[in-house]
Amino acid sequence: MTVREKLRQKISAGFYWHGLLCASYPVPIILFTAVCILTCCYPLLKLPLPGTGPVEFTTGVRDYMVPPQEPSGDPGERPDWYRGPPVAYIQQVLVKAAVSPWDNRLVPVDAFRSPLGRVFSLLDEIRNHVHSDSSGVRSLEALCLQVTDLLPGLRRMQALLPEHGCLLVSPGNYWQNQRELFDSDPDLLRTVQQYEPKGLHTSATLKDLLFGVHGKQTGVSLNSRNRVVTYTITMALRHYDVRFLGSLRSRLKQLHPSANCSLREEHMVHVHFKEEIGVAELIPLVTTYIILFAYIYFSTRKIDMVKSKWGLALAAVVTVLSSLLMSVGLCTLFGLTPTLNGGEIFPYLVVVIGLENVLVLTKSVVSTPVDLEVKLRIAQGLSNESWSIMKNMATELCIILIGYFTLVPAIQEFCLFAVVGLVSDFFLQMLFFTTVLSIDIRRMELADLNRRLPAEAGMPPAKPGPLRPRETPPPPRPSPHTITLQTPAFRNLRLPKRLRVVYFLARTRLAQRIIMAGTVIWIGILLYTDPAGLRTYLAAQVSEQSPLGGAGLPHLAVAPVFPGGDPTGTLNVLPQADPTPALSENLSQGGRVPPAPDPERSSAGVSSSQLRVLHCESHVLCRRYISILPVIPVTFHVTPREALETRHPQDTRHAPPLQTDPSPNALPHGAPVQTDLTLYKVAALGLAAGVLLVLLLFCLYRLLCPRNYGQNGVQHGRRRRGDLPCDDYGYSPPVSEISPLLLRGHNMDIECLASDGMLLASCCLAGQIRVWDAQTGDCLTVIPNHGLRRCSSSGGWEHRDGWDAGAVTDLETLGGAEGQDAGGAGYPVRRRAAPSRPTLFGDQPDLTALIDTSFGQQPPSQAPSASSGFDFGGLVERAYLEHEPSVSPVFSAPPPQPVQRRRSLGDQPMAPTDWDSAVWALELRGNLIAAGRSSGKLEVCLWDAVEGSLRCSNEDGVSGITALAFLNNRIVAARLNGSLDFFTVDINKPLGLLQYRGGPGRGSMPPSPCYSSDDVISCQLTRSVQCAHQKPITVLRAAAGRVVTGSQDHTVRVYRLEDSCCLFTLQGHSGGITAIYIDQTMVLASGGQDGAICLWDVLTGSRVSHVYGHRGDVTSLVCTTSCVISSGLDDLICIWDRSTGIKLYSIQQVLGCGASFGVISDSLLVTGGQGCVSFWDLNFGDLLQTVYLGASSEGQGVRQLVVLDNAAIVCDFGSELSLVYVPSVLEKLD
Amino acid sequence: MPTCTAKEEQVLWKSSVHSRGSYNAAIADQTANLAIRGLLLFLIGVFLALVLNLLQVQRNVTLFPPDGFASIFSSAWWVPPCCGTASAVIGLLYPCIDRLLGEPHKFKREWSSVMRCVAVFVGINHASAKVDFANNVQLSLTLAALSIGLWWTFDRSCSGLGLGFAIAFLATLTTQLLVYNGLFQYTSPDFLYVRSWLPCIFFAGVITMGSIGRQLAMYEYKVVQEKTHQD
Repeated sequence: MTVREKLRQKISAGFYWHGLLCASYPVPIILFTAVCILTCCYPLLKLPLPGTGPVEFTTGVRDYMVPPQEPSGDPGERPDWYRGPPVAYIQQVLVKAAVSPWDNRLVPVDAFRSPLGRVFSLLDEIRNHVHSDSSGVRSLEALCLQVTDLLPGLRRMQALLPEHGCLLVSPGNYWQNQRELFDSDPDLLRTVQQYEPKGLHTSATLKDLLFGVHGKQTGVSLNSRNRVVTYTITMALRHYDVRFLGSLRSRLKQLHPSANCSLREEHMVHVHFKEEIGVAELIPLVTTYIILFAYIYFSTRKIDMVKSKWGLALAAVVTVLSSLLMSVGLCTLFGLTPTLNGGEIFPYLVVVIGLENVLVLTKSVVSTPVDLEVKLRIAQGLSNESWSIMKNMATELCIILIGYFTLVPAIQEFCLFAVVGLVSDFFLQMLFFTTVLSIDIRRMELADLNRRLPAEAGMPPAKPGPLRPRETPPPPRPSPHTITLQTPAFRNLRLPKRLRVVYFLARTRLAQRIIMAGTVIWIGILLYTDPAGLRTYLAAQVSEQSPLGGAGLPHLAVAPVFPGGDPTGTLNVLPQADPTPALSENLSQGGRVPPAPDPERSSAGVSSSQLRVLHCESHVLCRRYISILPVIPVTFHVTPREALETRHPQDTRHAPPLQTDPSPNALPHGAPVQTDLTLYKVAALGLAAGVLLVLLLFCLYRLLCPRNYGQNGVQHGRRRRGDLPCDDYGYSPPVSEISPLLLRGHNMDIECLASDGMLLASCCLAGQIRVWDAQTGDCLTVIPNHGLRRCSSSGGWEHRDGWDAGAVTDLETLGGAEGQDAGGAGYPVRRRAAPSRPTLFGDQPDLTALIDTSFGQQPPSQAPSASSGFDFGGLVERAYLEHEPSVSPVFSAPPPQPVQRRRSLGDQPMAPTDWDSAVWALELRGNLIAAGRSSGKLEVCLWDAVEGSLRCSNEDGVSGITALAFLNNRIVAARLNGSLDFFTVDINKPLGLLQYRGGPGRGSMPPSPCYSSDDVISCQLTRSVQCAHQKPITVLRAAAGRVVTGSQDHTVRVYRLEDSCCLFTLQGHSGGITAIYIDQTMVLASGGQDGAICLWDVLTGSRVSHVYGHRGDVTSLVCTTSCVISSGLDDLICIWDRSTGIKLYSIQQVLGCGASFGVISDSLLVTGGQGCVSFWDLNFGDLLQTVYLGASSEGQGVRQLVVLDNAAIVCDFGSELSLVYVPSVLEKLD
Repeated sequence: MPTCTAKEEQVLWKSSVHSRGSYNAAIADQTANLAIRGLLLFLIGVFLALVLNLLQVQRNVTLFPPDGFASIFSSAWWVPPCCGTASAVIGLLYPCIDRLLGEPHKFKREWSSVMRCVAVFVGINHASAKVDFANNVQLSLTLAALSIGLWWTFDRSCSGLGLGFAIAFLATLTTQLLVYNGLFQYTSPDFLYVRSWLPCIFFAGVITMGSIGRQLAMYEYKVVQEKTHQD
C-alpha cells in the first residue's frame, strides 16, 4: 500500500510539474510536438498510396514464357497474380517525327502536319505486315484483340474509336484512318481539341488515348519549341507471337531507322489491377466509420466549460489521428510494413486508443478553482487525474499485450500498432492537448475577467422591502405592465440589419456549409463528367453481370469492355512517356547518345493521376493482368520540301506574322513572345480578379463590420405615436398600460432634480423646491424661495391657507370638479399634481377624518410674522393657484403636526436679500435636502411629513455652488472658483431615536438615517480645498467613499470622502470634463468636451480605456456591468462594450433630449424623447416600448430623466414632472 | 411587491395543476417511452444483423438456402427481424433487471462509452470473419477473451454477466436447432452443427444491446427523477 501511495504521489508530482511546464511555454511545446509528429509521419511518404493501384512486375523478354496457371516453384519472386496468360499484350510503336532542317518559310502548322501525316503510311505498313514461316502465315488480323462493340459510355466517341476488328489506336483515328480526310482537314488542331473535355480533369483524355503519350509531349501545338512530334501506335494482341512481332520490329526499324534511340528492349512489364472493393464489402466498413463518428461526437460533446468547444474537440481529434499516423510511421520506420488494410482497422484503433483521457483531462482542469492562475489550474488538473490516467494506460497496455500473445499474425500486428499508438497518444495528450487546453483556459479567463469580476463585486443587494416609513400602504395602482425579456439566444439582435445578416450567417455556419456543398457538387460533377469515372461505373455493372475473374474468359465477354477501358490504362502507364524528352533532345541536337533511360525506373514515376486512371480500369481486368511489350521506336525525318507539299492552303492563315517576319532570329523568339503574351494575359486577369476581390472584401467589411469606431451607428427611427414597436415575428408587446403620472406645481422650468428613491425633490427656476412622494406622486412639501418664504406670512399665503381650509370643507365639490377635469382631459394620464382625491380616500379613509378635524380646528392660527415686500414668486404662486384650483399638499400631510407646517420657518433667520440667487444644485438624502445656491450658500433643509424647514445653512463660500454630493452625513460642495468644500452634518438627537429607513434599491446609496424635526442639525465646514481645480468644477460625484470631481481644467480628481484627501489627479482628456460616473463598484468613467470617454481604475488611478464617442461634449454617462452608455451634444446615445471599448450601437435622440437617459436594470434603458420616454433593451438595442407623457406635451422634449429605485422614472419636461412607473422587468433566465 | 406574489401564485398554481395531472401523464409517458425504446432497439438490432451478416456472407461462413431475398439482404429474410426482436427484448430486459435488483447501472453510463462498446462488438465480428486464425480453438479462445474483456470494460455488473451467459447459451441452442432443422448451415461446423465462436459473439451482442438499452432507459429514469423533484 505504501509503495502504491508513494508511486501515486510521485506520479502526481510529476504531472504537476509537467502541467506547469506546459502552461508556461505553450508555443515552444506545440512547435516541438508538431516537429515530432512530422518526423514520425515522414516514413509514411514512402508508403504506397492506399487504394487498389496497379502493381507492376517486370520480366525479361528473351526467355518469356506464358506463366503457368498453377503457381509452382519459387513463389517469392513472382507475385501471385502472375499466372496464366494475360488479358492482352500491348505493343506500341513510338513515332518521333520532325521537320528538319527547319526552314524560315515554314509556318508553325508545318511542324506537325506532315509528321502526323506519316501515321497513315505507318498504319498501312503495320496492318499489311505479314510474317510467314514454316508454321504458317500470320498477320495482325489473326493476332490482335478483336473488338466487337463499344461501351455505352463511349458512344460519343464512336466515330473515333475502332468499333470492329483490330484494336489499333493511333492519332489517325481522328480522321477515321483515312489520309484524304486528314489532307482536307483545314484545322488539325481544332479536330484534335474538339474532343477535349472542358474544365479540370485529372484522368486521361481522348488525346492522351490516341496519341499514347501525355498531351504536352505530343508536340502538336502551334508554339511547341522543339518541333518534334511524338505519338504512338498502339495495338493489343491476344497472343504473344515472338516471330511475328520480331519481324514487325525489324521491318519497321529497317524502314524508318531511329539511329540514336537507346530504348532497351529486353523487359516486359506486367501490370496487374487489384480487385476492387465491392459495394457490399463497403457496408460494414461504412458502418464502423459511422460508429466511429458517433463515438467521437458523443465524446467531444462532453467537453464543456471551455472557451472554444469546437477548438478543443478538434484538438482532441487531431491528437488521436496524429497519434495513429505516428504509430504507423514509427512502425514503418522500424521495418514493419503494414499488411492489414489500413482503412479497416483504423476505426478500431481509434476506439481502442480512445478520447477518454482527453476528456478526463479537460474535465479535471475545468473543475479546478477558477480564481487560480492558469498555470496552477492546469498543473492541478493534471495531477488530480494523473493516477487514473496512468492506471488506465497500464490496463490498456496489458490488454494489448495479452492480445499480442494470441500468436495470430493479424492480431499481433494490430496490437503492435495499438501499443505504439497508445504511447504516442499519451505523448501527444501530455504535450499537445494539455498545451492547447492551457491556451484555451487562458483565453477564457481573459474574456471573462472583465465580465465576471464586477458582476460579483457589484451584486446589487436584495430588493428592499417597503420603502416608506409611513404605515400607509401604497395606493393600488394598476398592476404594472410587464416587459418580458426573452433569453438572448432566442432573440434577434435589434442591431443593424446587415449585422443581423452576418450573425445569421455565423450562427448557421452558412458559409462553411455552402463551401462544403459546393465542394461536394464539384466532386460530383467531376465524377460525372469524368469519362474514366463513368466508365468505372459502367464497367462495374458489366463485371458484376459477368464475373471476369473466372478462368475461361469468353472472348466476347471481354471485348465489349475492353476497347473503352484498356487503352487508356496501357498507354499511360507506358514508360515511353518519360524518355520522350531525351529522344527529342537527340533529334533536335542531332547525334549525341544520351544515357539510356531505364523504362523500369521511369515507369515508377507514373503520376498519381495516371494511377487513378488505371485504378478505374481495374474492374475490367479484375484479378487479371496485361503485359506490355517493349516499344518499337520509329523516327521520321521530314524535309521542308515535303512539309511544304503537304501544307493545307488554310494553314498559312494561322500564323501570318511568323511567315512575314524576315528576320531569322524572329522565329526562335516567336514562340516565347506568344507564351509571354498569354502569360501577361493571365497575369492581368489575375490582377484584375485580385483587385476585384479586395474591393469586394472591402465593401463587405464596410457593410458588415460591427465595429464602426467613433462613427454614428445606425439611427433608430423613433417611433411615432401609434406606431407600435414590434419585433421580427410581428409580435408587438401589448399597448402601453403604463400611464405616466403628471406632477404639476412648478410654474417655471424645472432646473434641478434630486431623488433618493423615496422622495423626489425638484427645484424650478423660481427657486421653489417641491418635495414629492416618489411612490404616489403626492406633493409633500413646497419650500419656496427665500423671498417667497419671507412673504409666506403675508396675505398671499394667508389667503391660500384660508382657501385650504375652505377646500377641506368643500371636499366633495372639489372631488367632483377634479373628476370632471380628469374626464375632460380625454387621455389616460392621471393628474396627480393636486391632492389625490378619490383613490387616496379609498386607501386612507382614516386619514381623511383626521385631516378634517385638524384643519377645521386650526386654520387661521398660523402666526403671521410681519414682513412685507414684493415677491414675484408669491404673485406667480397666487396666479397659479387661481389658475388651478387644486392645491397640493393639503391632504397628504399627516395630521400630528399640522401646526408646524411651513410656518416653523419663521423663527429661522433668513438672508434678506438673496431672492435672486438661484438654486444650482440639489441633493436629497434621507429627510434632508441640500441645496446649493448661486450665491455660494449651502442650505440644508429638513423635510419630513410636514415641514420643509431650513435647518441650517452655511454661507462661508462666496463662489456659487455648481455641484453637490451628499453621502452619509457629509456634503461636498463644488464651487465655481474651483474649490471644494466638505461639510459634515451633525445631528444631535434629543431622543436618541435614529430610525433607519430600508436600504434603497440599487445599492448606490447607503441606508440613510431619518432625521426627525426635533433634531438639531448643524452643518459644519470641515475642510475646504481651495484650489481643487484651476477652473470651475463642473461635475461632482460621490460614491463608495470617493468623491470625484471634474473640472474645466481637463482633469478629474479623486478625493477620499473621510479625510478629503486628494488621491489621484486623472489626466487624459483634452477638454473640460462634462460627465462623470462612479458607483459602488468603483467604476469610474468620465466624459469630456472633446467627446472622449475614459474609463479609470479608481484603485490605481490608471486609465483603462479611452474611446472617442461623440462629436461635442459628452453630456451624460452611465455604466452597467457590461457596457458604458454615453450621451453627447450630438444627441446620440452610444452603448459601448465596457471591456473592449467597442461601440455596440447607438441611438439617435431627438434634438435637445440627448442627455436624458437612465438605466433601470442591467438590461433596460430609458431614453427621453419628444414628449415621451422609450424603453430599450440594452443588450440588443431593441426598442421595447414608448410611453407618451401627455397629449399636450408632444412638442416638449424630456430634458432630464431620473431613475428611482422603485423603478419609477421621473422626467422633467418644462415645468412639469412626470412619474412613469416602469413595467416590471421580467428576465427569463434559462 | 405585487408582481412577486403574483408570480409565486402562478408558480404554485402551475405546480398544483402539474401534480394533479402528472400521475396519469406519467403512466402514459411510461408506456410510450417503452414502445419507443423497444422500436429503437429493434431497429438497431436489425441494422446490426444486416451488417454483420454481410460480413459473414463475404467470408462464406454461413450458407443460406437460395431465396429471392437472398440477393438483397444476403441472408434469409427472417434473420434480421429475429435479431431485432431479440435485441429489443434484451435491451428492455437489462434495465428491468437493474430496477428489480434495486440499483441502476452507473458504470460508464454515457453515449460515448456505448458507442465504443458497439464499435468493439463490430470489431469482434470483424475479427471472427476476416482474420485468419490457425485453428478454431484459437479463434474461439481469442473471441471469448475479447468478449469477457468487453464485459469488463463496459459493463462490470453481475447481472449483465449472468444474463449474457444465459442468453448466449439459449441463442446457441436455438441456432443448433435451426441448423439441425436445415434452415441454414455453416460451412465448416466445428461445434456440433455451428461454429464454436458463436456463443462468444452472442455474449458480446447481449452485452452491447444491454448497454444500449440501459442508456436509453437513462432518459426515462432522468425524466422520472425530475418529475419527483418537481412534485
